[in-house]
This record gives sequence, C-alpha cells and structure tokens, in this order.
Amino acid sequence: MSIVCIIPGPLKAFADGKSDVVLNVPVHTVGEALNILWERYPGLKDRVITEQGKVREHINIFAGDENIKYTGGFNTPLKSEIEIYIIPAVSGGIN
Amino acid sequence: MQTSGQISPRTGNVLLMIGTMKGVFLLSSNSTRSRWKVSGPHFTGQVVYALAYDGRAGKQRIWASPQSWFYGTVLAHSDDFGSNWSVPETANVKFPEDTGLSLKQIWQIEPGRDDEPDVLYCGVEPASLFKSTDAGETWSLVRGLHDHPHRPRWEPGGGGLCLHTILLHPTDRNKMYVAISTGGVYKTDDGGSTWRAVNKGVSAEFLPDKYPEFGQCVHKVAMHTSQPDRLFLQNHGGLFRSFNGGESWESMANGVPSDFGFPIVSHPHEPDTFYIVPLDYEMRCVPEAKLRVYRTQDAGKTWKPLTRGLPQKRAYETILRDSMTADQLDPAGIYFGTRSGKIYGSANNGNSWKLILDDLPPVTCVKAAVVGGEIQTKKSTSKKKTGTKRATKKPARATRKGK
Repeated sequence: MSIVCIIPGPLKAFADGKSDVVLNVPVHTVGEALNILWERYPGLKDRVITEQGKVREHINIFAGDENIKYTGGFNTPLKSEIEIYIIPAVSGGIN
Repeated sequence: MQTSGQISPRTGNVLLMIGTMKGVFLLSSNSTRSRWKVSGPHFTGQVVYALAYDGRAGKQRIWASPQSWFYGTVLAHSDDFGSNWSVPETANVKFPEDTGLSLKQIWQIEPGRDDEPDVLYCGVEPASLFKSTDAGETWSLVRGLHDHPHRPRWEPGGGGLCLHTILLHPTDRNKMYVAISTGGVYKTDDGGSTWRAVNKGVSAEFLPDKYPEFGQCVHKVAMHTSQPDRLFLQNHGGLFRSFNGGESWESMANGVPSDFGFPIVSHPHEPDTFYIVPLDYEMRCVPEAKLRVYRTQDAGKTWKPLTRGLPQKRAYETILRDSMTADQLDPAGIYFGTRSGKIYGSANNGNSWKLILDDLPPVTCVKAAVVGGEIQTKKSTSKKKTGTKRATKKPARATRKGK
C-alpha cells in the first residue's frame, strides 16, 4: 500500500525539503497516515493541526479529490495508492 | 517583497523593532537617531504582534512572534539582529490538552527581571499568560491565572480576547500585573499562583454596570520602574492612574481631545512623564485628522499636545496598543508606527518629530532597545547598564532548530 502525502511549499523545510512523502506502510485511515507523517516530520504536525488535534482553520486536507471535512475527517478510510494533499485554503483579502 | 539589508548595531546604538501585518523590519541608528539603517522584511507575509529585545546576561537576542495565516504561530529568536532566525521545529507555546484551547496569537513578550535572566513571559490570545524559566526553550501555561473563576466571563474585544500587557515589579518577584481586553487588570502578589482583579474606578461604558469588578476593555497599562506602585492606564474610553498598585484608580483625562486610544508609554527616566495618542472614538483615527502625541509631565494632571514635525491636516492615522515605545537614552527617543505604515520618531523626549520610514505594511508593534554596554545619560553622571557586550561567538545559526 502506497500513500503519498503532498506537502505545501512553505512546509517543505519541515520535511527535509520534500514536496511529497511516500508512506509504504499499511494504514486504514487518513488519521493513521498523518500520524506516521507527524512521527517522521514533527515540524509538520503543529503547523497543520492545532494543539487540540483539529485541522487548522485555513488548511484543507484532501484524500484524493475529496476534502476530508466531508468524508469523516481523520477517520476517512483510505484506499490503496492514494494521495493525501495538505493545502492552504483560499482565504485571503482581509489583510 | 524581497528581504534586503542587514543591520549590525554597535554598543550604545538604538535598535528599533517594527512588527507589521506582513513581517518584521529592524532599524538601527547611533545615539543621534538621525539616520537609520533598515533590514527586512523578516518573516515575509506573516503578522507579528509581539517583539522584544533581551539584553540580559550577555545576550543580544530579539524575540518575535510570527503568525502565519495558515500554519499558526511560534516564538522565534535571533542572536545576530535578524541575519539568522531560530524557528522552533515544533510549536513552543501551546495550550495543554486539558484546557481545550488553541493558541491564536502571541500579543506580548516580556523578558523577566534582570536578576532572573532565564525567565520570560508571553501574553497570548485566548487571554492567557505563559512563562519560561529556561530562556525561552520551553513554556508553561500560568495555571493560577488560567484557572481564575472570572476567565469564562472574559469577552473578546475587537482585536480578540488577548492578554496584551505584562508589568513586572522590578524588585519584588512575587508581584506583577497583566491586562486583558476585555477582562481588565489582574495582579498577583505571590508570583503568579493566585490573581485578583484590580479595576476599582476603571470604567466599562459598554456594560450596564459602568464600574464592574472586571470586564473592562483595558487597552494598555504603563509603569515607571522607579515608582512601581504607580500605574497609568489607557482604557477603551478613559485614562486612569493608580498610585497604590492598582487597588484603586482615578481619571486623568485632563485636557485631551479624546479619552479613547490604545498605547500609553512611560518616559525612561522621568517617572511623571507619559505619552499617549488619543483617537476619535467613532472613527478610531486621531481627532480632527491632526496627528498629535499627548504628553503629561505631572503624572496625568495635565496633558499637552506634541505636534512639531507631525502632520496637522488630513492625517487619518491609527496607532495600535503596542505601536508606541521609548528608548533608554537621554534625551529619550519616542517612536510610534501607524496603521498606514509610517514610523515617526523623536530624539528629544517628543518635543519634535521626524518621519523615519514610510510605506510599510500596517504597523502592529514598535519596540526599542539600546544595544549592550553602558550608557552615559545627560542628566546624571551615573552610568546605566542596559545589557550586554557584543557577542564574540560565531553568529551562524541554523535557521530552524532541531535539525
């Protein structure tokens, strides 16, 4: 099972410069995959989720084409060979 | 916007640190304060509400609180005036899980007393106080304040529910004050274990009870370290002073065009001298579009406008709570920044002003420090120690800690 996590540009510095991280381990949910990502690159975790474990307000996480907000959050089940995207939200214009 | 320039202030030079909605700018000048070198922006595109200079125990460290719109906020520091920044791998200021809270913004960074050089405090949103006892490596929530029974009834002001003022009694380690918008002023007499509201006489015009125990929208509080039981407060409507360590307050809005405003700043050497910038209550700009700093030299009995060098027409300027500061020289340098991106400075106690820098992003914070060494004051032959000699170690640092 190969899960690929896509890292946004500003956070590549916290993933050894990588824009994508391949997880070749068996996982069943988005949450399990992200926990492995956080273990490997701790600097990513605090920048993507809050200390209460919620996805930051202006970040979206997609499993394939689906925003996990609408598919069960961290419990979203994963199929094999899928990409998990961490993407800054479209949220500008006020400052 | 590209990063440009570096500054290398020498001992006795003035360091001016400017936080904006889009990053940090660092300026330095010699003691004449007539020409400034500029570097920045640092933390491009990030909001910085809090900056501090820590010159204790041989350090020459700048602290900053860059906040990414997307990725949260951390406390970063530089030991070489911004050439390199040490950004923590993982967030260094976090709420414990049991609080159910998440950090939104760091509003204030306050180095501890001179004789406790590893102690720092920071005030955050949602309103809480954090303390470090290892020079900023790790931070802990001050539970005594967090667990205060008033906390669930504090309400956010327009800027958010923030703890924006931290005042340390200079000699009594047990005593300190914080101010919260909106919550009011809180005081501890036991080093932070317990806190009590000290707002008697401070108004809250937006509540049915105009003088409640707490809930005031205090914008900023200032203290002169030589008279630490005297506090001076710019309220959301009202100017107040206390001569008994906050136990009671009285109005000092004598002769100002508006009692609304954000900053209040102490003169570094004159304990009766303070500076404010009144704002029109409705428009939140300087009244009559005249940019006037008001100064009292008699502890609030009278206030007089300072206008020389400041625009007196069509100046629709707003100055936020941490956007005004003073350096430690004599005569004192007074500085402020505007929401329209201008930095004004005075090298003569506010008697006259010059535009130092223009066209910055909206200014959120202005802090000043004199770098290292000893400073000869004009009025005294005594020398004032302000911090440190320049470091002799190699300045090169990793830009990111933990790797």
